[in-house]
Amino acid sequence: MLRVSSDRIDAPAELAAFEALATQAGGIVTFSGHVRNSTASGPVKSLTLQAYSPMTENGILNAMDKAKTRWSLDHASVIHRIGQMHPAETIVFVATAAAHRRAAFEAADYLMDYLKTEAIFWKKEETESSAYWIEPREDDYSDAARWTKKENI
Amino acid sequence: MTKILYFGRLTDLTGTSEEQIQFPSNLETAGQLRTWLDDRFETSGALTDQTIRIAINGEIILDSTPLNGAHEIAFMPPVGGG
Repeated sequence: MLRVSSDRIDAPAELAAFEALATQAGGIVTFSGHVRNSTASGPVKSLTLQAYSPMTENGILNAMDKAKTRWSLDHASVIHRIGQMHPAETIVFVATAAAHRRAAFEAADYLMDYLKTEAIFWKKEETESSAYWIEPREDDYSDAARWTKKENI
Repeated sequence: MTKILYFGRLTDLTGTSEEQIQFPSNLETAGQLRTWLDDRFETSGALTDQTIRIAINGEIILDSTPLNGAHEIAFMPPVGGG
């Protein structure tokens, strides 16, 4: 299940829907990413995300397929918000369901690393004093590279 | 008419995220289009910067790609992630 939309994300409702779908799984892991309320440049007023449909969705679906194969997932779900949002609002909700917990944890981590570095989104942060487009952090790249290294072992 | 999309910082620099334009018929390639648009918006090289990727009809292409058959052209800065 994938949804990229400007609708607000209700994480508890998304989890309930996912649990209703993944009745055979031994473990379900979820992650919710929220808009931070402050950064180095001060309190955050808003965050605005752009996507390029269907290129954005196709890339995420490809990452979900890889995760499902690699960790034998029963189900995976990615709900991503676009448009303008405010501190404490949910940007992204990821859920994975597998027979055992470790597969579900690792697959959720992998999907978040994909979403933070490679997914086709442009992100603008507005504070009291500035507004700027964010580029990926070096940490995000090294987080994503972990999975490539593991694949090569 | 061709739909042109400007993402990320290009939305601010061009003042729009989307427009329909009829570009001059002497423009043959994506690279020529980006140079023409950079002049038109007076963006001082922001659009010709090679970190800006171009997609035609949803596919990332090279500057040498012909504009024939393009109904949607997107200018894409490096992605910032979600």
